[in-house]
Amino acid sequence: MADDKVRLGIHELIAAYSDCIDDDRLEEWPDFFVEDCRYLITDRESHREGLRHGVIYCASRGMLIDRVTSTRRVLMYEPHRYRHIVGPVRVGAMTDGTAEATSNFIAVRIMHDGETGIFATGRYLDRIDVRSEPYRFIERVVVLDSRKIDTLLAIPL
Amino acid sequence: MSVQDLPIDPPVRWPSNGLSEVPFRVYTDPEQYRLEQERIFKGPSWSYLCLAGEIADPGDWVATTVGEVAVIVARGDDGAINAFVNRCAHRGNLLCITRKGHAKEITCIYHGWSYDLAGHLTGVAFARGVKGQGGMPPEFRKDERHLQRLRVAELCGLVFGTFDEDVEDLETYLGPLVVGGMKRVLNRPYHVIGRSTQILPNNWKLYAENVKDTYHASILHSFLTTFRINRLSMPGSINIDDSGGNHFSQAKLDYAAEDADYKAAKLRSDTDLKLQDNSVTEAFDEYGDQVSVQILTVFPNMVLQQVRNTIAVRVIRPKAVDCTELDWVHLGFDDDDEAMTERRLRQGNLIGAAGYIAMEDGCVGGFVQRALQYNDAGSGVVMMGGHDAQSQTFRASEAAIRGFWKKYRAVMGG
Repeated sequence: MADDKVRLGIHELIAAYSDCIDDDRLEEWPDFFVEDCRYLITDRESHREGLRHGVIYCASRGMLIDRVTSTRRVLMYEPHRYRHIVGPVRVGAMTDGTAEATSNFIAVRIMHDGETGIFATGRYLDRIDVRSEPYRFIERVVVLDSRKIDTLLAIPL
Repeated sequence: MSVQDLPIDPPVRWPSNGLSEVPFRVYTDPEQYRLEQERIFKGPSWSYLCLAGEIADPGDWVATTVGEVAVIVARGDDGAINAFVNRCAHRGNLLCITRKGHAKEITCIYHGWSYDLAGHLTGVAFARGVKGQGGMPPEFRKDERHLQRLRVAELCGLVFGTFDEDVEDLETYLGPLVVGGMKRVLNRPYHVIGRSTQILPNNWKLYAENVKDTYHASILHSFLTTFRINRLSMPGSINIDDSGGNHFSQAKLDYAAEDADYKAAKLRSDTDLKLQDNSVTEAFDEYGDQVSVQILTVFPNMVLQQVRNTIAVRVIRPKAVDCTELDWVHLGFDDDDEAMTERRLRQGNLIGAAGYIAMEDGCVGGFVQRALQYNDAGSGVVMMGGHDAQSQTFRASEAAIRGFWKKYRAVMGG
């Protein structure tokens, strides 16, 4: 069982992560992860079936940095941003300085022309390195409620 | 002959009999879209239905669509694959509501009519009435009320179906070139490693053209050129069947040269953009023929892709004149070891809704659709590489797109 200080640190990490994306500070996004990390966007049904392919599958911080570089400087898409609403964080088991946490989210997509709509809802399944501050994600699995993605997914969730 | 069968001209007129001009209204006209459902999807075409592996055992079924028509594909007790409409013969209710399942028979929830796994009507609830009252009249015959069946064919573990009694068999329909391209990729047992669906805000034909368009790849998908993945000099080819509807394009890669290039790049200290983690593109020549990209299409609704070591089936599902769903079914081979699986997962970042060389295809069709909104007079031009739809040994060409329209016009008329 994590103590209150660790719990608070985990809450802070998860809130700061969403703010980073929503504030368009994508360059800072890889810093939320340890070097040898895993970031996966999947969906509920695939996750239940144990399918390992993800819409995004990053297995190192370098791959996260490449995502940011590509999103910023290479890929063509219509400008938009997200607003994440993350629900209560539940902190689970803690072993050897790794804490497990789950939370639910809604990501609203705001297009450059102001068109606004729900883009994704789902659940974050996290494993977090809490041995020293700042806390970092060892693994963040984004389990989308729906398998359908509208048009494209350029900015990470 | 019903009114529907009367040969009416499609509403969209073509500027000429040539293949290299495409009227914009073909993407926007609701009546054209309706006629496509009749003439293409319910007509003489083989549509992709599902993977044979999804219905491995007798009693397994999946619900899918042919065009917008709801269809059930089921493995019968005899092991044969059957396909029939997902519409109860009684009152037209949808029989299978979820995407897949397993059953001994298929029973309608509305009035309890039941069908076997070949679509034969086997049971009518209260057929003899209740307490001697009501019930079906004596002239009602169950064997006249079977679910409309589709012809079914399987190739390389892919299941196809057609409503048409007369269309040639699947392999003849595809032609030997495209059959060869399919067998090249799906050359050993495989399984699903992932799925996703992308909603495309555009007419289905804009996507069907996009996958046949070898011209756009190194322009729209700047990831390729930025990270020097695509060499314009790479040898390649476009292979089109006689009907024009089916094709595959290939690009080869000098795997050894690319590997040497990566190593050299690590030594360079220029300020060019570089990938921090090359594993997203690090490919293994698993077919031993240096082909790094093969995109294969089957008219009207299927794409089979090999992009390096990512293998996927893409299914094009029209939903409305300006909306399409694209199903991605990602595959791995049964003989993959852990390193190969990890390689496929990492390269998976190249494709799909978030794919480095696929993401733009999700939005560009929508941009075209938006530009055509109430501005759909005139025609677009597909003249790169000439006017015909012949196979070519180079890729700076729109020949495969012209092939699509050759097939389309043969089926649709007009």
